Amino acid sequence: MILFGYRVPMMASLIVWCVIWEVVGRSGALFLIPPLSSVLVAAFAMVQTATWQSAALVTLHSFSVGMALAILVGIALGVLMGRFKAVDDLFGIWVNIFVSAPLSALVPVLMILFGIGETTVIVTVFLFAVWIIVLDTRAGIQHVPNSLIEMGRSYGASPFALYGKIVLLAALPEILAGIRLGLVRGVKGVVIGQLLVSIIGYGELFELYSRSFDMENFWALTIILFAAAMLMSAAIEHVEKKVDYYAGVR
Amino acid sequence: MIAPSRVGGPAPAVHPPEGLGASLGRLASRHPVVWRLSSLVLFFLAWEIAGRVPISYAFPTFSATLVALVSMMADGSLFVAYGSTLQPLVIGIAISGVVGVVLGIVMGLSRMAEWLAAPLFVVLQAAPMAALIPLITFVYGIGLLAKTLAVIMLALPVIVLNGYKAVRNANPSLVAMCRSFQGTKLQQIAKIIVPDASPVIFAGLRLGLAAGFIGVILAELLITPTGIGDLITYHRSVANYAEMYAAVVSIILVSTLTLAALESFETRLLRPEKRRG
Amino acid sequence: MAHLAVAEAAIPASETVVAVRGICKRYSEVEALRLIDLDFPRGKLTTLLGPSGCGKTTLLKIIAGLIAASSGEVRVNGKPVTGPGPERAFVFQDFALMPWATVMRNVAFGLELQGMGKAERQSIARNYIAEVGLTGFEDKYPHELSGGMRQRVGLARAFAVNAEVLLLDEPFSAVDEQNRRKFQEDLLRLVDKERKTFIFVTHSIEEAVYVSDRIVLLSRRPGRVSQIIEPRIDRTASPDAIRRDQGYLDTVEEIWQGLKHYVD
Repeated sequence: MILFGYRVPMMASLIVWCVIWEVVGRSGALFLIPPLSSVLVAAFAMVQTATWQSAALVTLHSFSVGMALAILVGIALGVLMGRFKAVDDLFGIWVNIFVSAPLSALVPVLMILFGIGETTVIVTVFLFAVWIIVLDTRAGIQHVPNSLIEMGRSYGASPFALYGKIVLLAALPEILAGIRLGLVRGVKGVVIGQLLVSIIGYGELFELYSRSFDMENFWALTIILFAAAMLMSAAIEHVEKKVDYYAGVR
Repeated sequence: MIAPSRVGGPAPAVHPPEGLGASLGRLASRHPVVWRLSSLVLFFLAWEIAGRVPISYAFPTFSATLVALVSMMADGSLFVAYGSTLQPLVIGIAISGVVGVVLGIVMGLSRMAEWLAAPLFVVLQAAPMAALIPLITFVYGIGLLAKTLAVIMLALPVIVLNGYKAVRNANPSLVAMCRSFQGTKLQQIAKIIVPDASPVIFAGLRLGLAAGFIGVILAELLITPTGIGDLITYHRSVANYAEMYAAVVSIILVSTLTLAALESFETRLLRPEKRRG
Repeated sequence: MAHLAVAEAAIPASETVVAVRGICKRYSEVEALRLIDLDFPRGKLTTLLGPSGCGKTTLLKIIAGLIAASSGEVRVNGKPVTGPGPERAFVFQDFALMPWATVMRNVAFGLELQGMGKAERQSIARNYIAEVGLTGFEDKYPHELSGGMRQRVGLARAFAVNAEVLLLDEPFSAVDEQNRRKFQEDLLRLVDKERKTFIFVTHSIEEAVYVSDRIVLLSRRPGRVSQIIEPRIDRTASPDAIRRDQGYLDTVEEIWQGLKHYVD
């Protein structure tokens, strides 16, 4: 937007929303919304507590393990589906069902299968993230131009080199887009999993603060979580832009 | 784009020749239904075997789950549950749909609205909104209102963002065409921008509905057990695992069928270029 | 039978439909057009020809009123242009057809925007659909047509609003070579029949010489008028005879010699 002849960056409007939050919070009109400033103070104090640190570590651990599995399995299955029609036909319907299914309904099942603990959360993260990675990888592999593969073959690339040096790199923009969307979904997965399991990590703290009506700490938790999710998404987007230059000329 | 890229037709050029029996392959490529059916059958077979081993005391066979599903339909408990689950979902999606599409279009048309609201919705879309569900329980209690709000919170951002992006990226050549024939601003919006944006707006509605399903189930599991959430929680507590699995399968089935129906409706209504024949 | 002449005499003012006076166009960094003065005579097909990036499409869109010039003015029948007007119709390089609308609705769209009733506008549209050779395709959608047929829809849409001046922005650039030749011949027939003023943008020298009464050569950025050429070709001859005609070939060669130094 342009204001008085100056370009005001898009994200600057978030400051406006923060000010609105502060004003609403200070007015005391809504009990559940404390002023942003006191939430930030609470957040600052919170990150220094051992409770928060261990909760964050548990959460981060479940998230990274689940995401690592989702990325590995997602790319592998996506490549297979993109290259082999039989695999595509076999798994296509399931991937398309699960990518938009209400997976929150599966968490209770996971809880009885994997116990009320970290494993359930890891599996939840995996299930939330993996399908979109599969779909985007598959699309990327299918968009690799045939001439590029024929070029590799005609210059005598071994199948290994063909995949490592041509197919995967050519599909990289889509794969990265899939991973970014997968990360966003994975964060939702870790939160939903921990809320339902509710005895570990962030879920436990959410439960604790919301039961004791400790709004400052509740919002502090939320803000840290949102900020972490945004930062991660922005980081991947940054990498994506770096590879985008060749997506256009493929 | 936020919509997951679902690439319909496989690109034939990339697929190497099949190694799986030429005649079977030909049959399947002529009848994609054959593949889908065999894919379903294989999955259910694997489930049945895993249940018979059993891999866990809490893992019923596919046949037992199917029997439970039929009996829950027969005694009507499943339908009663859906009666209460679908209420907040339908109300929430209707509200998010109307508000989200209008807001998205306004943001796409007005630079001021875009500047003010787009970053907010980008944050809300990427953030795990589920974390706020415990909060609404306090304020709005445990009734229909709280659950409807949960649905709106999860569904609204993606609907708004898709509408906004679709309108913002409306084909500039078509807009110029409308201007060159002296179309008014209103005609430009009604006859060019909105029709051009409608496929992506619809994709947003589908994504919103999918998010709404997640939201309503989460609300039913977290806030108070009602509807399908109640069936899942109750049968789990009394160790009726087959019934519990049947409830979970049914909600995945219902959401998948609803989304597929919406997609085919969209194709018929809005996308002549995707229609067959 | 045909000879080449460089126009030096100004065309009498009464004959001028579109007058371009001192048009300059600057984008923030780039100067696209510098001081363009041009007259477009009534009932003629004038081509703007030049290397890519010379601003020929920009000039056409300024005449159409789709982009504002940085300075200078365009007058159509003596009235200054402030935006698109009913006396001008535009044919787009990428066709600009609405994918959700049938051929009939696309062709009648200009009339629909004017608020004309459905029966009336459809009968006019049907006439022009026949004129461009698309009878029987009224209920088809753009994706069901070939590139050449899509541009015929675009052309019929421009004819349907009965504008005096037709502005064609590289209309055949997305059409394959065979269809392109057929299309050029059809265009000449329509120019002859409709008696309208055509302003045509192309980067193809052969196309320009084949279809134009006048060719305006623009120099490379910033675009300026470098030469005006009037190929005098006997249009009554058969298309194949024209394409083999010495005057036609000489004009193509002359323009190529003039443009060659712009190519890297």
